[in-house]
Amino acid sequence: MTARRLARGGLVDRSVPLAFRFDGMDLSGFAGDTVASALMANNVALVGRSFKLHRPRGFFGAGHEDGIMVSRLAPRPATNQLATVTPLEADASYVSVSTWPDARRDVGAVAQWFSRLLPAGFYYKTFMAPNWHLFEPFIRGAAGLGRVPDPAWQPVSESRYGDCDVLVVGAGPAGLGAALTAARSGASVMLVDDGEGPGGRLVSDGIDDGGWASRTFAELHTMASVRLLCRATVWGYHEHNLLTVIERRPADAPDLDLRNWKIRAGQVVIAAGAHERPIPFADGDRPGIMLASAARSFLHRHGVLAGERAVVFANNDSARGAALDLAAAGAAVTLVDIRPDPGGTQAAMLAGRGVTLVAGGCVLRAIGRKRVEAVQLRQADGRLSTFPCDLVAVSGGWNPAFHLASQTREARSVWHDDLATFVASHGEGRFRLAGAARGIFEAGACIRDGVEAGQAAVRTLGRTGPAIEAPDLDDPFVARSVAPLWFVPPRRPGEKVFVDLSGDVTTADLGLALREGYDSIELVKRYTTAGMGVDQGKSGNVNVIGIVGALTGQATDLVGTTTFRPPFVPVEFGAIAGARQQARLYPWRHTPLADWHLARGAVMYEAGLRWQRPGYYPLPGEDGKAAASREARAVRNGVGVYDGTPLGKFQIKGPDAGRLLDLVYISDFGKVAVGRGKYGVMMSDDGLIMDDGVAFRLAENRWLLHSSTGAADKVHAHLEQIMQVHRPDWQVSILPVTTQWANATLCGPRARDLLAALKPDFDISRAALPFMGMAEGHLGTIPVRVFRVSWTGEMSFELNTPARHATALWEMVMAAGAPFAITPVGSEANHILRVEAGYISTGHEVDGTADPYDLGLGALVSATKPDFLGKHAMMMRRALDPERCELVGLLPGDPERSVPEGAPLTPGGDKVGQEGFVSACVRSVALDRVIALGLLRRGRSRMGEIVHARVRNEIVPLRVVAPVFHDADRARVRS
Amino acid sequence: MLQISCPWCGTRPEGEFICLGEAVPPRPDPAALSEAEWAAALANRANIRGLHAERWWHVRSCGRILTIWRDTVSHAIVPPPDGTAALEVKP
Amino acid sequence: MQRFSFLSLARNALSHHEGWRRAWRSPPLREAYDVVIVGAGGHGLSTAYHLAKEHGISNVAVIEKGWLGGGNTARNTHTIRANFLRDVSIRFHDVSVKLYEQLSRELNYNILFSQRSMIDLIQSWGKLRDLRRRSLAMALHGPAYDLISVDELRRRIPAMGDLSGVRLPPLAGMAHPQAAMARHDAVAWSYARAADARGVEIHQHTEVTGFLRDARGRITGVETSRGTVRAGQVALATAGNTSHVAAKAGLSLPLVTRNLQAFVSEPVKPIIDVIVNCPDVGLYVMQSDKGELVIGGGTDPIPSYRQGCHVATFEDVVASLVELFPRFKALRMMRQWGGAIEFAYDASPIISKTGVEGLLVSTGWYGGFKSIPVGGLTYAHLIATGTPHPLAEAFGLDRFTGLRFLLEAGTVAQR
Repeated sequence: MTARRLARGGLVDRSVPLAFRFDGMDLSGFAGDTVASALMANNVALVGRSFKLHRPRGFFGAGHEDGIMVSRLAPRPATNQLATVTPLEADASYVSVSTWPDARRDVGAVAQWFSRLLPAGFYYKTFMAPNWHLFEPFIRGAAGLGRVPDPAWQPVSESRYGDCDVLVVGAGPAGLGAALTAARSGASVMLVDDGEGPGGRLVSDGIDDGGWASRTFAELHTMASVRLLCRATVWGYHEHNLLTVIERRPADAPDLDLRNWKIRAGQVVIAAGAHERPIPFADGDRPGIMLASAARSFLHRHGVLAGERAVVFANNDSARGAALDLAAAGAAVTLVDIRPDPGGTQAAMLAGRGVTLVAGGCVLRAIGRKRVEAVQLRQADGRLSTFPCDLVAVSGGWNPAFHLASQTREARSVWHDDLATFVASHGEGRFRLAGAARGIFEAGACIRDGVEAGQAAVRTLGRTGPAIEAPDLDDPFVARSVAPLWFVPPRRPGEKVFVDLSGDVTTADLGLALREGYDSIELVKRYTTAGMGVDQGKSGNVNVIGIVGALTGQATDLVGTTTFRPPFVPVEFGAIAGARQQARLYPWRHTPLADWHLARGAVMYEAGLRWQRPGYYPLPGEDGKAAASREARAVRNGVGVYDGTPLGKFQIKGPDAGRLLDLVYISDFGKVAVGRGKYGVMMSDDGLIMDDGVAFRLAENRWLLHSSTGAADKVHAHLEQIMQVHRPDWQVSILPVTTQWANATLCGPRARDLLAALKPDFDISRAALPFMGMAEGHLGTIPVRVFRVSWTGEMSFELNTPARHATALWEMVMAAGAPFAITPVGSEANHILRVEAGYISTGHEVDGTADPYDLGLGALVSATKPDFLGKHAMMMRRALDPERCELVGLLPGDPERSVPEGAPLTPGGDKVGQEGFVSACVRSVALDRVIALGLLRRGRSRMGEIVHARVRNEIVPLRVVAPVFHDADRARVRS
Repeated sequence: MLQISCPWCGTRPEGEFICLGEAVPPRPDPAALSEAEWAAALANRANIRGLHAERWWHVRSCGRILTIWRDTVSHAIVPPPDGTAALEVKP
Repeated sequence: MQRFSFLSLARNALSHHEGWRRAWRSPPLREAYDVVIVGAGGHGLSTAYHLAKEHGISNVAVIEKGWLGGGNTARNTHTIRANFLRDVSIRFHDVSVKLYEQLSRELNYNILFSQRSMIDLIQSWGKLRDLRRRSLAMALHGPAYDLISVDELRRRIPAMGDLSGVRLPPLAGMAHPQAAMARHDAVAWSYARAADARGVEIHQHTEVTGFLRDARGRITGVETSRGTVRAGQVALATAGNTSHVAAKAGLSLPLVTRNLQAFVSEPVKPIIDVIVNCPDVGLYVMQSDKGELVIGGGTDPIPSYRQGCHVATFEDVVASLVELFPRFKALRMMRQWGGAIEFAYDASPIISKTGVEGLLVSTGWYGGFKSIPVGGLTYAHLIATGTPHPLAEAFGLDRFTGLRFLLEAGTVAQR
């Protein structure tokens, strides 16, 4: 036994033992353990394998800076759980990741035999012949950490908004100080900490604060304006002071696994502490070698002594605290400090408390494979010795955790000589750093710095943060007079000095990158993958910069730093999505008749802009095609009814309404009489069709404009921009009224007979209600507004009624229509009918390239208006490019031969450039054969010609005809 | 996620608005421009890296289109340097 | 150029890889070059390589503000494809794919080109019609884009969840077997090494601050943070910042720069073999060789050079991800970033001379990783000969002055 649980100490609950399994071993921990601390307590040192070379690995850090992942088989199967932050659960079963059969006996470790062939970027230099695809599966299989289980745990998550005057990141000494003064000033405060409770370093370093942290936390807890989040990590600092926070197992919601907060903060105090960094040395990745702060944290948080014969290897004062704590807990401790004179009388004091000091010494290499057994030591006088040990606790200095400040892009990081690391500046008034996050390490000073930061934060809000009574703390050993040592150079080539454990990157890799010319820090990192592993460079980043400086002879601060991006810690996708689901984000729009359609067996699908509309209403035994044909025939021969509710509808009102329509439509609208409508094509100013529709003049200064269903939002934005930006002096307003009205469109030769049977209280004769006319009145008691428009090539009456009368109107129509064999009609039949009639459709013929002339609508273009949107561009383009694709009808030689919509037309059907395409193809009920529409280069001048659609390897000959197959003179429509 | 100040509604989250892009000048009279000028006015954008004026439509509230000045690198929104009001359209 | 091979790797292993030489030189900046290319990203370096290789023009400096390949080349999601609608776009990108297929061997640098197919999930009838049209157009020119059934979708993407509860259940798929991914950095590095070997100079950390012009207004060189450099021609390859740089020469362009974000999960064992693209909901996901799931969606809806994370867009993409792949809910996002991409007015690329003599642009790539080889090939042709390459005749700026747009629907970015 070397690592062991102590009888006392730590925050674990020894009265609640938890049995668990790891890699097939039955083990036991306590409530309050993490998976990592429990494994340590059981003296399981080898807990994983490295990413690339499968070297044995143990815990190196005690928090997010560690990289050991495990898979949890039960309960709630999930992979890539960071062991140092995953709470131990009763009867849980864990396995190491990317090992077989387990971490101890891992077969993948053979990779180490070939490690010489696997330097940084080895794959760029080989595996080219015959091709990478041959080798890739093996590399892919070897890479990756855990396997995603099936079925996998799906955490229950929510996302939530929050806001506060002051958000404090971290509940260590600085954060508590900041939060308390801010809260006492009356500001609303959120205090976010990723631990189970407050204290931060006060707890993990076992600093006696006389209960100050707990008292402060308790006081904050009682204040109504304060919200405390534990087990919560701020992971992103976004624009306009929006911060995202992942909260695990929220205290207030036992049924919730994860909560993702989006918090808008007035001010932010970043008191996120600091990360200790290593001094990499040869084989310094062996299990049993860890950061001094990790050994200290396991001791004070979990009551686990990580080793009995400890070497503490340091270049700064902070490790003395670790050395003394380990000694006090019963370990034999040797402190190897690279500084020849690490502070006067310290040696005697250390000796008095059980720590042997080796001043000016250096650890050169670790000995032992699956666990450190000894280190090779160089004394100050140069003597080498082998020193047995089972724990090496390393401290190479501390890196302030200013990641969040860096994410804002406002903070600049600068080199700090005494601390031998980068520190960041405050932000431009929105945030400040406090305590260790800005390089102030002594706990008492951290509290004072936090209070100052809190006071400064509330001052910007016009409040005064009171001074608080801070205790005197005994915290003499913090990182100061750091003697930078970025790595201990290996004594023999081939000895591996790991600088980034999670990416398996060695100093030799960095040297290789530099040698090959990848000499800017970003290139070094990308070439070697340093900082790209699961810890995202939290422990190794500054060392990488330091080593690059050392190898290139540059000052460290000139090598540069790197920008930190979100997330600060990895965040579950389920938490980010929260309750957001596509179905909730983009709910379907239903007309008031949806239930009616469904009761009729309608097959519904999207008609644009998320509107659900009937595609067809199949009878028993009928497929979609047959149903659509039957419905279309009913319209041609009798009468059909369809639900036109989703069509975009806008009321345009004001003295300048006519001018607006004249500006946005290609035709003349100013002259339209009250009570009449006009079909119009709307173009964007670049001369391409945006939408088509009909506008009716309800009164002198009031119009109702219809857009196609899918273009309604675009049309709305377009009109608003014209009114508010381009013609702000015009007196006109627009009001979307799409959902105010429900619709029943009667179409077919019997439509007027049916309407008559509905007993209108208004004149429906051809003279009184002609094509493009309108009427208002009642059908029985139901108020209606009737428009004569057609998209089917038949006489058509659009009955519009306030949405609340929708079902009543339809029931009435169906009852009165029974003698006429009225048939409900869906979009599919509509498509057949409009193709037969040669009407254009957005998304088919209007494909973003056509102009009105191309589609045979040249006659609609106003001859008198000097200007309308799109005119100038259209005319310019037509002048430069006369060889336009024009709308034509197409008849396959074989009348039963369908052509897929979208099929290209090419000269002779050859596999060459396109001269057009088939935009729509249906089986016509009027002609009892297949017909098609298409856009064809110079199409109108090619009537009668045979052209060819190329459908993969088939050539389909098509005869070019006029693009109207039914009611060419529009007599039926106008009847 | 931006916070945008609407002169009618106060400071509101970005989700209430639709961004209409760079604040291009009001549509010129095509007859007053050469073809090349017209084409440039249609398609070309200053696309400034830094502070620029842009339009937002407060579609899920008051419905007004406003002009704001935003830095396209930092996303900071600042008062209009030319002193125009958010609802004014500068020719 | 030092040859890369398994043998050379093994030989160097004996000396602990001390014998490798620089992949490219770091020469002093000279006063004049035949051609100055601004921007040492994929396109700039590829252009330099092709200038030297096909046209014998090696007196070329590639000038880079930051580090080589550090712009959008470092920030994209390394997808290569040729599924387009217009003839010119299909041919152009088909050539790009074919050049990519040979690139590792041609440049003697393994770019980890992995032709693993892209599958577009079709979740609406409108998209089915669009993509079928694209598929039939592509069949004229070579690259395959084949309709597959939902059963086939499930077989090829077994990680997908039970789809009964999703808002838009897939109706079908389109499989594009030529689609591939490659290690994006390696593409820049391989071109840099090959161009350098042919005499091209690469100057990093050199910012262009202005242009030199003669009395007639012709561009005769650039002012840089390291001094003045004269040049016969100056070719911009500054994706994301082209408007900014061109403005220094008084040039206005039909471009808007927007942020396109992406993110990766922690690495997991192989679980997705193809590139999954869902244009209806704005999501794509693939798995890198390292095991990370690489995920992205559409561009942010505002002009931006921030290269960051737009929270609303990001959350939409993640919501789509976990709806189609509920197994990924407990996986974690590890890294997130954004690139500043340029959209031309018609969303097609621009490889063109400009109204300013001596200044050329290659821009509008809205994600130009897929086009790096052919973009360089055709840009080099234009620079060297003064006439557009036959593959890129449609990509001139004159199409905007004539308002003859080349409208091309892309994937999710253009949703």
